[in-house]
Amino acid sequence: MGEPLIPMTTFAATVHRRRVVDDAVWIYASSSAAVLRLDAVADAVLGAFLDGPKTVDAALAAAAAAPGATGIPNADLATTLRELVGLGLVRPLGESAPPAPTVPPMPYPLTTLVVNVTNACNLSCTYCYEYGEDRLADRERTDGTARRSTMTVETARESVDFLFANSEGRPEITVTFFGGETLLNWTVIEAAVAHAETRAKAEGRKVNFSLTTNATLLTDAIIDFLVDHTFGINISIDGAAEDHDRHRKFKSGEGSYELILPKIRRLLEKNRARRGRPIGARVTLTRGTKDVRGLFRHLTEEIGFDEVGLAPVTAAKDRDWAFEPSDYHLLVDAFGALADDYVEAASAGRHHGFSNLSDLLRELHTGTNKAHPCGAGLGLLGVSTEGDLGLCHRFVESGEHEIGSISEGIDSEKRAAFLDAGHISKRIDCHGCFARPVCSGGCYHEAYVRTGDASAPNLHACDWIRAWTDIGLSSYARIMAKNPAWFDRHEVST
Amino acid sequence: MSHIVPVNRKARLIAKLVLDAPDTARAMSLPDPPFGCTTIFAPGWEADSSGGTSNLCTPIERDLYDCYHSCYWPAQVPDALTNFPKWANACGAPVKDWTSTDLVFP
Repeated sequence: MGEPLIPMTTFAATVHRRRVVDDAVWIYASSSAAVLRLDAVADAVLGAFLDGPKTVDAALAAAAAAPGATGIPNADLATTLRELVGLGLVRPLGESAPPAPTVPPMPYPLTTLVVNVTNACNLSCTYCYEYGEDRLADRERTDGTARRSTMTVETARESVDFLFANSEGRPEITVTFFGGETLLNWTVIEAAVAHAETRAKAEGRKVNFSLTTNATLLTDAIIDFLVDHTFGINISIDGAAEDHDRHRKFKSGEGSYELILPKIRRLLEKNRARRGRPIGARVTLTRGTKDVRGLFRHLTEEIGFDEVGLAPVTAAKDRDWAFEPSDYHLLVDAFGALADDYVEAASAGRHHGFSNLSDLLRELHTGTNKAHPCGAGLGLLGVSTEGDLGLCHRFVESGEHEIGSISEGIDSEKRAAFLDAGHISKRIDCHGCFARPVCSGGCYHEAYVRTGDASAPNLHACDWIRAWTDIGLSSYARIMAKNPAWFDRHEVST
Repeated sequence: MSHIVPVNRKARLIAKLVLDAPDTARAMSLPDPPFGCTTIFAPGWEADSSGGTSNLCTPIERDLYDCYHSCYWPAQVPDALTNFPKWANACGAPVKDWTSTDLVFP
């Protein structure tokens, strides 16, 4: 089994993460994103390379001397080594990797268009990248005239047409409405939905809708519409009043929690009655957030959200709400506690709404190995209120990151240049990191805010990402040991 | 595999592809590589990192010697089929007169 080993060749372990979970050894192989469980013998063979490259004989001798492999015949150790070589965990030293493709064949069909229906917002959240100090968007065109802050019905329909035209071969596509505060431009959303549904019906395709809102402008009519059209809904809410109102304020300085709470409850109630798609709370964590577990329970158990996604704030490093590397243990502790709750629920077959972990577990189980950190510029584009295209919604109207317009089409040269620059093969700093398959260097927008270069890896977040990936691996191992059927949802039928 | 369990989907896929199909692509890993023109690819070195040849780990004439001796054609000699058909004309016996060949500049 496996390829024969050439005795004189020197072998070395490839980048991987070893975690001992409940006395079992789990390995995450970064070259492939494979997750393996090793017994003491295989652990001894792989462990033989811990202190550096070795020839086959030297490695087998070191393995045989390890406590876990006492009394194991040499032939058995050699077979195990061959298997580790075949699985890519041990490879000949200096083996050249085949050249990786940098950009997939173009034109790459879109799956999602994020439509910025308005730049305006009725809140003035202190940390907002759209309106705050870290805003990238140019509010003026290059000729100095002001940009239109609200999308017209016509531009919204053209955006929908653009998505249909540039998603060839995709049976299912998604229109995501974003802002500003999306509900400030409700008539445009209604018109875009009607147009998209007409086009989808004519072409025999499925179109999904999603939207992010601060919930301040939800009315019964809007709630009915969102539920009727099975929107995926994300509500921006930062926890109970104390946490939420710290940053999510009206321009007067007054917090928004009291206003949105009854509206959210009505939405959740209606959506549950109609068995709509899960509704998520989108929480921006800042340095001041203290009790993340309490916050999560408030949102799920007391308010009734189906899912909660937690996002550490994106900010330049001198903002007083920004996390610094020295603060990351706070996040690790908080996310770890929620992960413990998740593992307990999943082991018993119960739902848990910590969507960050659901997403990570899906990636770990399928073995996602990302060449780019996200779909921006690839399957996803953002469109501005005036119809200009950006890598994603966070980059629209930021001159240098514009990549065409809905009327003139995608600037394929700029798109390819960006994807090439953002490819993992160009992020040399990431190549020795075990978390590379799930991280791939991190958010372009965060990199731009921090370093001025959207294609730079987010090195300030490495400790956090590695700790979070460790939490994911441990959670995966624990659920897999107790309730492996939990992951059947991520299997593909063959 | 008796000591390793492939757990996630990717691991199971690799185990199936790699470990269940052991008898492919073995030629290069055999202790005595076969001779012949088509079974072997030898990476030669035409220039060192400075663009010269003085720091090469294998002498430049090794490519030609291999060609002469064991009947295989290193990929790094100029393409005689279409672009440089006369490149080797001045060199009848590489062991003796390899210096009569020259670099090419496509």
